[in-house]
Amino acid sequence: MSNVVILDGAWGTELQARGLTAGDCPDEWNISHPDAVISVASAYANAGSRIILTNTFRSNRIALSDYGFADRVVQFNAEGVAHSKTGAGGRAQVFGSVGPSGKVMAAGEVTADQLRTAFEEQIKAMADAKVDGIVIETMSDPEEAVIAVAAARRTGLPVVASMAYDTGKKKDRTMTGATPERAAEMLAEAGADIVGANCGCGIELYVDICRRLHAATSKPIWIKANAGLPEVAGGKTRYTMTAGEFGHYAKALEEAGASYIGGCCGTNPDFIRALCGVLSGEN
Amino acid sequence: MADLKELYDAILTGNAKKAAAVTQASLDEGVQPMDMVTHQMVPAMAEVGRLFECEEYFVPELLLSGRAMKACMELLRPLLSKQGVEPVGRVVIGTVKGDLHDIGKNLVACMLEGGGFEVIDLGADVAPDQFVNTVQSKNVKIVALSALLTVTMNSMRTTIQAFRDAGLREKVKIMVGGAPVTQQFADEIGADGFSENASAAVTLARKLVAA
Repeated sequence: MSNVVILDGAWGTELQARGLTAGDCPDEWNISHPDAVISVASAYANAGSRIILTNTFRSNRIALSDYGFADRVVQFNAEGVAHSKTGAGGRAQVFGSVGPSGKVMAAGEVTADQLRTAFEEQIKAMADAKVDGIVIETMSDPEEAVIAVAAARRTGLPVVASMAYDTGKKKDRTMTGATPERAAEMLAEAGADIVGANCGCGIELYVDICRRLHAATSKPIWIKANAGLPEVAGGKTRYTMTAGEFGHYAKALEEAGASYIGGCCGTNPDFIRALCGVLSGEN
Repeated sequence: MADLKELYDAILTGNAKKAAAVTQASLDEGVQPMDMVTHQMVPAMAEVGRLFECEEYFVPELLLSGRAMKACMELLRPLLSKQGVEPVGRVVIGTVKGDLHDIGKNLVACMLEGGGFEVIDLGADVAPDQFVNTVQSKNVKIVALSALLTVTMNSMRTTIQAFRDAGLREKVKIMVGGAPVTQQFADEIGADGFSENASAAVTLARKLVAA
């Protein structure tokens, strides 16, 4: 029996399946379409996820200002936590999703103080809504992730810090050039309880990233990879990897040191079921 | 006497303030604008591109160097125009409708400016009509479209269609890029070119204006 904790899968595509269109702010659906958001959380809990995230990936004031929602931070985050808790129905813990600001600090687009203020505001709103943990995810710049980790640490909740590796010839760097080793060291030092990788260029490339993170830190490792690389056909972008193929990688990830496994872009509740099946030894 | 090597170094290390200061000091001493461009600035950006290709530089470094180059060009361009030196070409750039991500687009805009193009940046979430109207009102040679999301890639197709509908498709070259974009997708939607990264975008734009 595996000790791996199963996480959830993608949210954006699940909301699109429920009517979200390009250009809509997904996080705003916490207010306008609460039932759809609850049903995504519920679908993942039904599939076997033991930790479910929140529909709050962009709910920091810097990212929300692009949509004209900068003054809605507290509301979006509080409702996001409430919806995931409702959907989880006590079957899963709810960890609050904190995505990047979308600005490059090293290029002067945003200052460390602005990032600190934005992340503290978002994370406090989720802590006040009684979230079980904080997940800082899809980060490209470890410096930005470290600021978010520090903000999350102040809540006393468990903190996950996860970067996206999608750059360079071997696709093993973040957009700002950080290696898994460098990121693991910085995130652990900043006080993250769990260090991870998510999004990126497909689960097949994340087995090696997982191994490198595991070798670089004694912290537990969190992996939420994409369902392979997308294909474009007939004007539509599709992830062609099947749930079964995705689930097949669960063992390799576990052997590479992953303690928490879920999915990112292109995954849905079927992929989570496949992970559960493989790790419980049922198939 | 201003040390022109400092200009090269300031661009290479992305120090915009220093780059502009050295440029101004050199102008004051009578150095020809074109000499600075060809002997210091273009070689510096070429080195930035090389460091990016061999993975010593990443996105932040490219942005910083691009900005340093831009700061210099703002001082030099009016003088170059007066001397009758035209930019390599005029590019209108934007992230397509429905997509708010602008890091990649900013990067390509910076690198194109560094490469001697004049860039009109329409920002993010740009409607097809905005691209078309800009091309109609200005003498634009290249339209550069960016998208980060798989769901907004299709706005590239509708933008290209808008150029056909306006009867302007043959007037401009359209190049596309962004994380989910591939050569196959570029071919499928009828774009004139695709580049994998910001450094390659400059090479592509040069090829397109020469074509």
